[in-house]
Order: sequence, then C-alpha cells, then structure tokens
Amino acid sequence: MATATKKKLVNWEPTDVKEELLKIYPPKVARKRAKQILVNEALENETPEIQANVRTIPGIITMRGCTYAGCKGVIMGPTRDIVNLVHGPIGCSFYAWLTRRNQTDAGPDGENYMTYCFSTDMQDSDIIFGGEKKLAKAIQEAYDLFHPKSIAVFATCPVGLIGDDIHTVTKQMKEKFGDCNVYAFSCEGYKGVSQSAGHHIANNQVFRHIVGENDEVKPGKYKINLLGEYNIGGDGFEIDRIFKKCGITNIATFSGNSTYDQFASAHTADLNAVMCHRSINYVADMLETKYGIPWIKVNFIGANATAKSLRKIAEYFGDKKLINTVEKVIAEEMPDVEAVSDEVRTRTAGKTAMMFVGGSRAHHYQELFSEMGMKTISAGYEFAHRDDYEGRHVIPNLKVDADSRNIEEIEVEPDETRFKPRKSDQQMQALEKAGFKFKDYEGLLPDMDTGTLVIDDLNQYEAEKLVELMQPDIFCAGIKEKYSIQKLGVPMKQLHSYDSGGPYAGFKGAVNFYREIDRLVNSKVWSYMKAPWQKNPQLSASYNWE
Amino acid sequence: MRKVAIYGKGGIGKSTTTQNTVAGLVGLGRKVMVVGCDPKADSTRLLLGGLAQKSVLDTLREEGEDVELDDIRKRGYGGTWCVESGGPEPGVGCAGRGIITSINMLESLGAYEESEELDYAFYDVLGDVVCGGFAMPIRDGKAEEIYIVVSGEMMAMYAANNISKGIMKFAQNGSVRLGGLICNSRAVDNEHEMIDEFAKKLGTKMIHFVPRENDVQRAEINRKTVIEWNPEVPQADVYRNLAKAIDENKDFVIPTPMEIEELESLLMAYGLMQAA
Repeated sequence: MATATKKKLVNWEPTDVKEELLKIYPPKVARKRAKQILVNEALENETPEIQANVRTIPGIITMRGCTYAGCKGVIMGPTRDIVNLVHGPIGCSFYAWLTRRNQTDAGPDGENYMTYCFSTDMQDSDIIFGGEKKLAKAIQEAYDLFHPKSIAVFATCPVGLIGDDIHTVTKQMKEKFGDCNVYAFSCEGYKGVSQSAGHHIANNQVFRHIVGENDEVKPGKYKINLLGEYNIGGDGFEIDRIFKKCGITNIATFSGNSTYDQFASAHTADLNAVMCHRSINYVADMLETKYGIPWIKVNFIGANATAKSLRKIAEYFGDKKLINTVEKVIAEEMPDVEAVSDEVRTRTAGKTAMMFVGGSRAHHYQELFSEMGMKTISAGYEFAHRDDYEGRHVIPNLKVDADSRNIEEIEVEPDETRFKPRKSDQQMQALEKAGFKFKDYEGLLPDMDTGTLVIDDLNQYEAEKLVELMQPDIFCAGIKEKYSIQKLGVPMKQLHSYDSGGPYAGFKGAVNFYREIDRLVNSKVWSYMKAPWQKNPQLSASYNWE
Repeated sequence: MRKVAIYGKGGIGKSTTTQNTVAGLVGLGRKVMVVGCDPKADSTRLLLGGLAQKSVLDTLREEGEDVELDDIRKRGYGGTWCVESGGPEPGVGCAGRGIITSINMLESLGAYEESEELDYAFYDVLGDVVCGGFAMPIRDGKAEEIYIVVSGEMMAMYAANNISKGIMKFAQNGSVRLGGLICNSRAVDNEHEMIDEFAKKLGTKMIHFVPRENDVQRAEINRKTVIEWNPEVPQADVYRNLAKAIDENKDFVIPTPMEIEELESLLMAYGLMQAA
C-alpha cells in the first residue's frame, strides 16, 4: 500500500481511473455505475450529464444515510426550542442525537431541548399492539414537563410498517393543548433513495405547519432568511456575526440554532438566501410563490465566497448605506484572513483534495481549498439530484421516477392576504439586466476543472480504490469513511460533523479551516502508517523445512 | 411430536374443524396442544367450553419478565392444552409480529419439550399467509405438516392456492410439507370432485370431506365440539374419521401451486358441468 510519502507512482488518466473503478463490477452494475461517474469536461453551451438521485444498487456499501436521518437528524435536529420526539425503538433516537454537532445558543428565553434525547422507546409489545397510545402519552409527558411551543414527532421504520396513525395522534394532541403546535413527519428510514427524501418531508411539514404562524413584523431594515445552513460547528454563529456587523437582520435560519418563532415569521423576510441548494431549494420556491419573497443562491464557505454573497445581498436591497457597510466589513475582515491564507499557502499550494459529502458541501468547500492553492481532483455528492451537479436549467428535464413520486410535493398558491412581491417587476428586471441572478444555481460541474472526476453516491469500495489510485493529500467525507481512509495513509476530514473543529463558514471560519487543513496535509504522521519492522525487518529467518 | 398447522381462507371454518378434529384425536388417545394464532383469541373456545383465557401476548404485556407456562396455557376437553397467542385490536399494531413473539415464548418456556409428552401441536392460523408473521408457524422447525381447509367456493380455492405458494417457499429450505386439503363443504355442486381434482393439481390429496351439517352449529352454541356435545350424531363420526385420516397420514408433499389461469379453468370446467 502506498503511503503519503510515496507519492503518485503512476499518473492515471481520469478515464483510466473510471475504468479501474468499474472493473470489479458485474456488467449490469458497471453499466449503471458508469452513468454516475463522470470525467468533467467544459462543453460549449451545456454541462455534461450525470445520473443522480437513483437507488443505490443492492450490495454496494453506500455512503448515503436514510430518510429518517435526513428529516430528524439534518433538518429538525438543529432546532432548539422544538421538542423532537422520535416514535420508535430507542436506538433510532439515541444515534440521531447531536451527532452532527449542531451548536445552539439558548438565547434570552433559555429554551433549548437539543441536549435532551426524546423517544417513545417502542418495545415488542408496542409493535404488536400498536404504539399510538404510547405516543400520545409521550407527547403529553413532554408537554407537561417542558411546556414547549411545539412538539415534532418522527416516524421510524417500524411505525410505518405497523401503520400507527401519527398524524391523527399529533392533531388530537395539538387541539387538546391549544398552546402547543404538534405535528408529525412520515419519514420512515426506508422511504426514498437517500436522506434527500427526508429533507423534503421535513421541509414540507415545516412549511405546512409552522411558516406563516406569526405575522408580527420584526424590527430591521434588511431582513433575510438564511436557508440550508445547519450551524454545524457553529457555522451559523459566524454567519450571524457577519450579518449583524453589516446591519442585515436574519429573521430565520433553516434550521441551524433555529427557533419555532423563526420558522413562524419566515414569511416576513424580504429575501431568501439559500446555502444548501439540495436540501431546501423547494422551500425557497414555495416562499416565493406564496408570499412573494425572491431567492438567491449564496455561499458562506470560503472568505471570497462570503464576500461575494454579502455583496449580492447588498445589491439586492440596493441601498447605498448597506452596500457601503458591507464593503467596510469585508475590508475589515479580509486582512486577517489573507494573512493566514498567505502563510499556509506556502505549505498547501499544489496539494490535492477529494470531497464526497452532502448535496452542496462537496461544491462549497472547493472555495476554501482553492483559497489555499489546493486543487480538488475528485468530488461528488451523496444525495444530490442532477440540478446540483449540472445547474437548475436541467430541472424541467429531470425524469420523475417512482421513487420521487413517493415523496410529496406541496402545491402552493399565492396567499390571499399576505402575498406581497418584494420588488416590482421593473425592479426585478433592472437587477437581472445588471447581471443579478435570482433562483439560480449552476451546480458543481462548471466550477470543477476539465479532467476532474465527479462521482455520485460514492461507495466504500470506490472510495478506497480512488484514494489508492489518485493519492490525494486529503479526503473529505463523513464518519463512516473516516477510518478506512486514514488506514490508507491519507488524512481525512469530516465535513458533516467537522470532527471536533469549526466553524468553517464566513471569515473567521475560513481561518480555522486553513489552519486545520494545513495541519492535516503537512503532518508527518501519515508516513508512519507502517511500523519500521513492517518495512525493514531487523531479523529474518526461514523454517528449516522450506 | 407432530406439529400441524391449519390454514385456509377467513371464515372457512378452520377453528371449528381444528377443535373438532382435536377432539377426535383425543378419542384415539393422543395428547394434543392447540395454539390459536388469531388476534381474536377464539381458537380454543370449544375445547375450553367457552372459557376465555388470557392470551400469551396479554400475559407478556402485563407480567413482563415473569411468565410461566401455566400462565398461558389451560387444560381443555380430554386433557388438551389450549393456548391463545392473542394480538392487537383490529386496525392497530402488528398481529404477525405477535404470532412470532408468542411462538418464541412458548418455545422458550418449554411447551414443546419431550417431557410434555405431546403427540400433536396444532396451530390454528388466521386467514391467508399475508406476511411474515402469519407464516411463522410454517417456518423451519415450527409446523411441519399443513392442512388447508377449503370449500368449492372460488375464493376459498384461490386462498388455498396462495397458501400453497407460501408452503412451497418455506418447504424448499425447511421441513414443512403439505399434508392435504380438508374440504369443509359449502354444498357447492360437484364440490367433492372439484376439490379432489384441485388437490391432485396441488400434488396432494383431499384428506377428508366434511359435509355441511347443522349439528356443528348446535354444538358450537353449546360451546362444545360435536364429539363432546353429542358423540352419537353422524357428524361426530365425520370428525373421528378426519382425525384418524390425519393420524394415519404419511403423504407429505411440497405443493405445486397452480397458475391463476389454470385455476380459473378448473373452476370453469366444474362450474360448466353444473350448468349442464
């Protein structure tokens, strides 16, 4: 096995790498996987096509998570004053509890249930006799103990199998309490092809049951929502710090360190800024259709990307004062960032990275790596759809298959009283004419170099093979991949939970990231993966019968 | 010990046939345990003289860990052991899972041990083999011989064919076999011939033809098997003969379920005979 010090024995062509990855598969599997492995190329007027959001072939050890993980873990997990009650066996709740390192600040109200792990703890007899009564009791208990504003109930696999009617139970409890919004998510783990289905189920219910519940207009001149930011390692705190400095009011973050009231008043904001396109773009669309709030794609991962996103928000509001403040903030923040990036670049420039994570992260983090002079040689998403790779222009051509039909799409109409276009048609057109892009995302492919490998739904085997063949200086994915990659002598950074690091968003986050990656890719430890006696035995002998 | 499961379409008379046959086996001196696998817990009513007994699952739910064999089985007619698996209220929970749990419980409590000196364990199973739980009695090591109660009515034969599919699946990897069809007559024309032919197609035989007889109903009203209620009536002999046929049965096969078209044409052939 090659180590980090023994570098790149063979210079592989990307097409050869693809061929090597597919070699082990039976012909039918290889044919299917081939559509999800793409050698990137710059086409004149279009992007190359990749297959995504399709079922993982049975037998392949995928990096994907389940629908329940997407709903409970990703979307609702970071909410702090909603009691997240898991209806199922205890493990489903325990192992989905705080594992993504979503940070919270209890705020002045002090309400924070993140540190609690709620479960109905289903037993054999609850499966046999049905768990509805136990669920009602658990909701009552949570209400009596904490008097939360809201209780969310999550269905685990067995609940779907035995058919507990969680929606009726929650509806009855909501009526009974009167002052607590109770609703449920049919997010059984086996639904959909990946956690992406869980995001959708979660967001649909948040939109249906919470958004629009509070019409009170909050103070603030430039009011936005930040969609698809989950405050992992405190990312959201850093972004909020920057917003505050700029004078931008963040009404609601979906859903890092979020509160019930933030969701409930999200319809009062004047702009939706979308971070993770995959997990939430449809919420941005619904907010626009129902309430008239336009949306733009932003990215606060990477100092330059942060500056660009801030300028975009300022340009939208078009207020000279805001534009000036944003410029001032950028000018204030950048020198510290650049000092560190200049320093680390002497050690990191020319190094290579691979990223297989999320439905946006594998794109966003390339910004940070390129600021360090590092090149992303291969990347891909776990649960993205084609538009996240190729850009939103492919949406009308996306094939609707049985799996996507299984996940509800909400039909939204303009709200009778509350629909209010934030900008007039002329204003929107003027902005667009000046090059401002609404509801636009070009995806990952155009930002990656020609000849790089883009792989959807990478798996255990391919990950190891890829590392072996291409010897990257760092590999980024999640906990399931961490140790197998490290055993190959390559440093591994978790971009789901950030290991124990972060924040990596915004300006201060960028500095943290530069330092962390510098430390990882320049560590000598990876050259000591084999003990000295494994490489050069001090004694050697043979059996006398040999 | 022979482990026997009785399957058949809902309402075909599985519980009645099972208990009356068991009464016949008792007459032959056999020691029998009956395990009702129906959430309604009414599979042992005739043997227990209407005594409602606490089901395995109810006992488990209330007693927790401290369950003993005597908590969940009761002596019925002629020294039979009667057990009701029990299950959820209609429309909630998972009855299949319940059957799995209660059979496992019976096993771990030693209900099937040699020391119990049982000749037969009978499983009376609710309806069709709709899912894994209802197949529990025919999974390896549980029931080994299956009798399907059927009549000349179309849906009953459909169900019997479907159950045969389930048996075939498990028979390929395990010891379960089909012992025969019990025709519980609905007085359909040509019923005897049709079920005979149907059994042949399935690779088995009609082990007994139980004519439709009101004495069965009369005995049921008295919460008794026919043999206990009035041992002299002809229907009592019918069940004695069925018990004897089962007791002497040596033909255990892996069934060969029919294609739907084939089954339809069988029905048509005998149906047309009736028209002519």
